Amino acid sequence: MKIPDFPAENSEPSTQSQRDTCIAELKGVTKRFGDVVAAADLDLQLRQGEFISFLGPSGCGKTTALRMLAGFETPTEGEVLIDGQVVNALEPYNRPVNMVFQSYALFPHLTVADNIAYGLKQKRPRPPKSEIADKVGKALETVRLAGFEHRRIWEMSGGQQQRVALARAIVNEPKLLLLDEPLAALDRKLRKEMQIELQDIQRQLGITFILVTHDQEEALSLSDRIFVMRAGRIVQIGTPQDLYDNPGSRYVADFVGTSNFFDGRIDAVKGEISTLQTEGGLTLDGRNTANLTKGEKGCLSLRPEQIRISGEATDGSMEVTVQNRIFLGEHTEYLVRHEALGNISVLAPRQSELGARGFEKGDRAHLSWSGQSALILRPD
Amino acid sequence: MTQRERNWLLVAPAGAWFLVMLVLPLSVVFIFSFGERGAAGGYVPAFTFEQYANLPARLTAFKNTMILAPLGTLAAMLIAYPLAYQLAVRTDPKWKNILLVLVIVPFWTSILIRSYAWIFLLGGRGIPALLGTFGIEGVRLIYTPFAVLIGIVYGYLPLMVFPIYVALDRLDNRLLEASSDLGARPLATFFKVTLPLSIPGVATGCMLVFILLMGEFLIPALLGGGKVFFVGNALVDLFLQSRNWAFGSAVAFTLIVIMLVTVTIYMRLIARLQTGRDDVSVM
Repeated sequence: MKIPDFPAENSEPSTQSQRDTCIAELKGVTKRFGDVVAAADLDLQLRQGEFISFLGPSGCGKTTALRMLAGFETPTEGEVLIDGQVVNALEPYNRPVNMVFQSYALFPHLTVADNIAYGLKQKRPRPPKSEIADKVGKALETVRLAGFEHRRIWEMSGGQQQRVALARAIVNEPKLLLLDEPLAALDRKLRKEMQIELQDIQRQLGITFILVTHDQEEALSLSDRIFVMRAGRIVQIGTPQDLYDNPGSRYVADFVGTSNFFDGRIDAVKGEISTLQTEGGLTLDGRNTANLTKGEKGCLSLRPEQIRISGEATDGSMEVTVQNRIFLGEHTEYLVRHEALGNISVLAPRQSELGARGFEKGDRAHLSWSGQSALILRPD
Repeated sequence: MTQRERNWLLVAPAGAWFLVMLVLPLSVVFIFSFGERGAAGGYVPAFTFEQYANLPARLTAFKNTMILAPLGTLAAMLIAYPLAYQLAVRTDPKWKNILLVLVIVPFWTSILIRSYAWIFLLGGRGIPALLGTFGIEGVRLIYTPFAVLIGIVYGYLPLMVFPIYVALDRLDNRLLEASSDLGARPLATFFKVTLPLSIPGVATGCMLVFILLMGEFLIPALLGGGKVFFVGNALVDLFLQSRNWAFGSAVAFTLIVIMLVTVTIYMRLIARLQTGRDDVSVM
């Protein structure tokens, strides 16, 4: 078998022209394990230098998609392309792709430096020792672990091991860096730090990163584009803000951010704004982005932070009873109950004066929002 | 009861056992080795180094043991590794246990019976006769060092297979995927990841087999036919036949010292192999 030659990538920051080139592509890719369809008819294009996330719950096919790019799984149907070449038949060791594993998969019998040098030593012709040492040193600096060369893997903390795993992958200057839930095992604070670092490193190296995660916050804060997946399919592709502001379905609205949902039927269509009649007989306004027609079933989605909560009734406001109050620092989350709509979650910014008490359990309060901030979506 | 007292209680049964069954007999052997043989055999108290001075009389037994035990260990390891690899890495999990049981099936009958079978197989009417039908005449197998080696490898193979199997079975598949992902072909992955990480299993198997082989006497007695004999056979002879307990004790004690030294050196080497490898290769 002829092994295609992949020229080494220069590691300059990506320019606009590079960004427009397609670095990897899935064309009609389906993967079946026996009767189980893990990925169904995936069509996607990744651009050079992008930070991409595959977002979805476990079992949605995101890891399968990643493993097909890495070469650990072969598609049942369709084609995987990297840099314009079909790589379906290419073994993982012949692909210009590296992966950061969820459990890091560091070699326990090798030192930190030898772990990182592993990929370089496999290159043919083998680079000279000085070059390997040089690159290993640079990679360690990039992940801020300079001086840890001779440490043993089991002497490193979880966060440090994470960095070693990252260094071991980026040192090879891959066309694609695949990250399989790389931060899942870290505690919240460390995860936040690593997220920022991951983004910095990605910008610095200009390598296309593909992150698999079920953590919507992670996907939102890191990605240029997010591929939301469900049951083996991609349900929506967009920038984080796109997905958050214009979710195409109830599923996306629910998975990207949190939202209140009210089911009902379209009562009136008047321009962009439509009216939904809820099961409880209430009529609510919202942007009809799904272009539903009168009489169709719909679902109104309302983000908790779009709702104003107030002690006084205003025109068109709804009276509710406060059920619970959760102090979140800069915000307070209220869980309120409306007679017809049921439970509603409201996120209120902290009152400007310290010590202001806000609403307590059992208080009566009034909710209002603009029809522009509510979305009427196709129920699913 | 304090934690300390509880710890003592936990090791007390084993401690008592070792004291009675190991330390006491060994002390007896040590003391006897400086004694003299009685007129009618047995032991007469004395303090002489005569028995140790007489050791060269049994040099052949030491030589045979020191050559065939390591050789047998090596041969068993070379045969066991591919088998254990196949079982642990390549076999469908639902067949693993059945095949593992097959490995220990030979243990269901006594080694004595099985060695007798080998006497027939290696004897004139066995394999040499079969070779004769192909025109290869005059092959002599029984009562040679080679026959003893075959018997040893056959008898101790399961003891070698199991520790290696366990080490390979425990190997995290993701490490192999990581190696492949980093550009290593299957053969490179085997030598850089699989083999180094299975070394502890190999080391355990080799030590188990080697220690047992150093004390072996049944297989050389049956397949070596008095021509290829181990220190174990010399001891049987000295204690049971010629009833020279003092000399027997000296031989036994020498064997223990040789074993202690070999095993210590061996463990040091293994420890160095596991922690020192590749340490400075990058810099």
